[in-house]
Amino acid sequence: MSLIQGATGEWEIVMGLEIHAQVSSKSKLMSGASTAFGAEPNYQVSLVDAAMPGMLPVVNEFCYEQAVLTGLGLNAEINLISIFDRKNYFYPDLPQGYQISQFTDPIVGKGVVSIETADGETHNIGIERLHLEQDAGKSIHDLYPSQSCVDLNRSGVALMEIVSDPDLRSAEQAKLYVSKIRTILRYLGTCDGNMEQGSLRADVNVSVRRPGAPLGTRCEIKNMNSIRNIGMAIEFEAQRQVDIIEDGGTIDQETRLWDVAKNETRSMRSKEEAHDYRYFPDPDLLPVVLEQSFVDAIKARIPELPDAKHSRLMKDYGLNSYDANILIAAPENADYFEIVAKSGSAKLAANWVTGDLFGLLKKRGETIENSPISAIDLGELVGLIDDKIISNKIAKQVFEYMLETDDKPGKIVEDKGLKQVTDTGAIEKAVDDVIAANPDKVAQAIEKPKMAGWFVGQVMQATGGKANPQAVSDMIKAKLGL
Amino acid sequence: MSELTNLSLSDARAKLRNKDISAVELTKAHIDAMGQIEGLNAYILPTHEKALSMAADSDEKLAKGEGGILEGLPVGIKDLFCTKDVRTTASSKILGEFLPTYESTVTANMWADGAVMLGKLNCDEFAMGSSNETSFFGNVVNPWQRNGDEAALVPGGSSGGSSAAVAARACLAATATDTGGSIRQPAAFTGTVGLKPTYGRCSRWGVVAFASSLDQAGPITRSVRDAAIMLESMASYDVKDSTSVNVGVPAYEKALTGDIRGLKIGIPKEYKMDGMPEEIIKLWQQGIDWLKQAGAEIVDVSLPNTKLALPAYYIVAPAEASSNLARYDGVRYGIRVAGDNIDEQYANSRAEGFGAEVQRRILIGTYVLSAGYYDAYYVKAQKVRTLIKRDFDAVYRKVDLLLTPTTPSEAFGIGENINDPLSMYLNDIFTVTVNMAGLPGISIPAGISANGLPLGLQLIGQPFGEETLLKAADVMESAAEFTALPQLMAK
Amino acid sequence: MAIDQATVRKVANLARIRVTDEQVANLEGELNQILQFVEQLSEVDTDGVPPLTSAVEMTQPLRADIVNDGGYPEQIVKNAPASDDGFFLVPKVIE
Ligand SMILES: [Mg+2]
Ligand SMILES: [Zn+2]
Repeated sequence: MSLIQGATGEWEIVMGLEIHAQVSSKSKLMSGASTAFGAEPNYQVSLVDAAMPGMLPVVNEFCYEQAVLTGLGLNAEINLISIFDRKNYFYPDLPQGYQISQFTDPIVGKGVVSIETADGETHNIGIERLHLEQDAGKSIHDLYPSQSCVDLNRSGVALMEIVSDPDLRSAEQAKLYVSKIRTILRYLGTCDGNMEQGSLRADVNVSVRRPGAPLGTRCEIKNMNSIRNIGMAIEFEAQRQVDIIEDGGTIDQETRLWDVAKNETRSMRSKEEAHDYRYFPDPDLLPVVLEQSFVDAIKARIPELPDAKHSRLMKDYGLNSYDANILIAAPENADYFEIVAKSGSAKLAANWVTGDLFGLLKKRGETIENSPISAIDLGELVGLIDDKIISNKIAKQVFEYMLETDDKPGKIVEDKGLKQVTDTGAIEKAVDDVIAANPDKVAQAIEKPKMAGWFVGQVMQATGGKANPQAVSDMIKAKLGL
Repeated sequence: MSELTNLSLSDARAKLRNKDISAVELTKAHIDAMGQIEGLNAYILPTHEKALSMAADSDEKLAKGEGGILEGLPVGIKDLFCTKDVRTTASSKILGEFLPTYESTVTANMWADGAVMLGKLNCDEFAMGSSNETSFFGNVVNPWQRNGDEAALVPGGSSGGSSAAVAARACLAATATDTGGSIRQPAAFTGTVGLKPTYGRCSRWGVVAFASSLDQAGPITRSVRDAAIMLESMASYDVKDSTSVNVGVPAYEKALTGDIRGLKIGIPKEYKMDGMPEEIIKLWQQGIDWLKQAGAEIVDVSLPNTKLALPAYYIVAPAEASSNLARYDGVRYGIRVAGDNIDEQYANSRAEGFGAEVQRRILIGTYVLSAGYYDAYYVKAQKVRTLIKRDFDAVYRKVDLLLTPTTPSEAFGIGENINDPLSMYLNDIFTVTVNMAGLPGISIPAGISANGLPLGLQLIGQPFGEETLLKAADVMESAAEFTALPQLMAK
Repeated sequence: MAIDQATVRKVANLARIRVTDEQVANLEGELNQILQFVEQLSEVDTDGVPPLTSAVEMTQPLRADIVNDGGYPEQIVKNAPASDDGFFLVPKVIE
């Protein structure tokens, strides 16, 4: 638990998150219009999405399956009977005058996900529910001086709203939680997790209290679309609340926005009176009733999830938690690693994947799916190191050659004659030559044993770097009696 | 009134098939009739050119011995059905000159079957009313008048344009919709047949919504056989409507065998209400006798929660309407009245666009759904609805159909009830139970009141029991021998 | 449960319908009359009775995830009181 040190004592942050994740479906939740990103205004809009008179919704089965799959991935209960409700309010990008959502009977009930903080502690974060609902359209405010433009392309796109319990206690935890949810969604393939395009957004409910005291009044920071901003917004907002209370003020329950330019939260011009959404079951739709067999069939499709993969990587490959965490960030990373590790030591494979390879991908802005070096080739390279055919240092050169030539590492080592010299006779000759040519250095080395390093360097140079440095060092020390 | 416009839909169909008459001829006769009854204000948008071109197409098909079950037959369309490129308003100012780019499933079915569209018919605004006095286009006048009294009477509502046009021989049949009685009550007030099918029988896609869980389209005609023919065309399973039921559409006309021997007809005692006019009680007894004579078995039954249907309806229907009508906000279609900001624009547009009754119902609906009242009103009403449905489930274990009066009174004068919402709502007291339980119901003209006005009897069927319902209605229709013409037509 | 004029105004605001003072006075009476009429439901014992979820005894049909609609922006904005460049236009919304 991380506490805020105020002027009058310590404060605890209490947070719950609502994550809106766009379902990876081709068509919308209630209509056959496309969900693809970036079309001309009002192009991907059906008569249903535009709420023309007499239009009716019909539920997309795939979206339902994805919600069930996600619920199972969050270790949550699946409700075999769920109901769509109408949430009524007026807004120009809400054509029906209501959002079709799920209120009293959502598709997914209670679940749990765990996060691991930097101090190595594991925290279980409760999931209150997951429900399906329609996204709204988009209002654009800066095209005309006195008018806003409404585009309904997003209107009706399926969202999963994942609501956590108020179990989060620090910005770090909130960031880890969002990142964990995103990872799970990506593993399941139910949402692409692209926060820049808005496929994943979070609303953060922040309040502060004296440790152990009853919950304080919360403010909701809406529509956060970067993990970094979530962390900054929480820290700013918690401090703001502490300052107000310590100055004798009280917190108004309100909706706030994160101002990216000013790095502060600000109150949204209050949307008039307190909302009264007048939820009631949508009379155009019927209760969705699922068979247990439908749920079981989806359960059978669940891939290995991050937590299971994490423990398996630690157990089967002897990796530490830190390396395992880096590798499970995306299933493709771990898959890649496991191929590399087939040909050499797991630790070496993990170092190469998380170090050199990720460095390269980051520099080139590539994803692992398009990696210029295949997992099989990197495995071969790691194998060469492991078999002491090349040193780790030579391997870095080979890695560069691989990028330039597309040749296999074995071939490069062969062609360029980079094989490590393991023949002790050849190494001994080189050592003897250097000792014979430098009697003054020998004398110095006997005085100052650290000078041995100089001899190792000379021998390595003489052998073109192909000698095993350890073997050279050992031999020099023996010959000089150090 | 010409000989051609006085034909029943089925007789006109026979004459077209025999090539005794042409569809264009028949359509022209109806266009003339529409001109003669302009004073009734039944049509708010005649589509003569479209009608003539559709009729010409039908004649080509008929000449080749082709065509659907409604080929060449001119009909009117309640303005609640969206019609492609033909102005659709729900008789509200708020839709302005709205031109749908799509066709409702029901009307599309009818055009595919060869029907000819004469025009769009007046109705209560968003189908909210029982007298057709809430229309932005003004009230509709009933072609019937009291004996020796020329006072204008209401044609019932909300499908008042449909009932008046059918009664006045200005179309062979009309589409209508029924949320609390809006097909059957106007049929009873105009001496026509009104059939409200089982909820889920006709697609709601493309029909302007009033109360989604209650709305159902159906026909108003001049005979039970015509109603059967119309329903066969209007009905379909529609994947675009989640509440459409996947049940095949039977050839309803074939069900009219005239044989109802052994059919069990329930008489619900709760429909005998205090203060009901004696002549309506007598008519009901007459109906019982007709069915008995035809070999049906009469059974006294009880539907104990009947009196709760109307109050529950006046919670459920406005609640759904308040949400369904939120889309009329002046952003994507319809009229817009400027304001200083978006919220003021909404409030101005909706104040200007909706009439008083619609506003009243939106406000009641908004109130009963609002925080703190939802359980006491809406949830309570839906529980009561379960009780009402259970009543019907129980009696349908004992009987096949139910017989009741359609309305507690004959047609009343224009302006008589308009300022008293509650007494207006009482018009639906016998019809609304059927909507609450999603059942089919039919009203047939069964007699004439002392004032010379038509009175209707209602038969209520089991879910998707339209065939039995129509069969019994057909038998009663034969027994009733209702041949009276509206005074306006007899002149 | 009677409603007063303040409630009428609150509800009218929720429903986005502008009402004049005179209308508020009339609506107060009319709405209370209707509420009084429906009040009789409160006397009915509905303990253990589930609310009706639909008039048809069936469950929600589900459709396949296929793109088969949209792609006609001109139809979407065709009836709009104000539109430009394929957008609907509304008075500026300030957040
Ligand atoms: Mg059909
Ligand atoms: Zn949401």
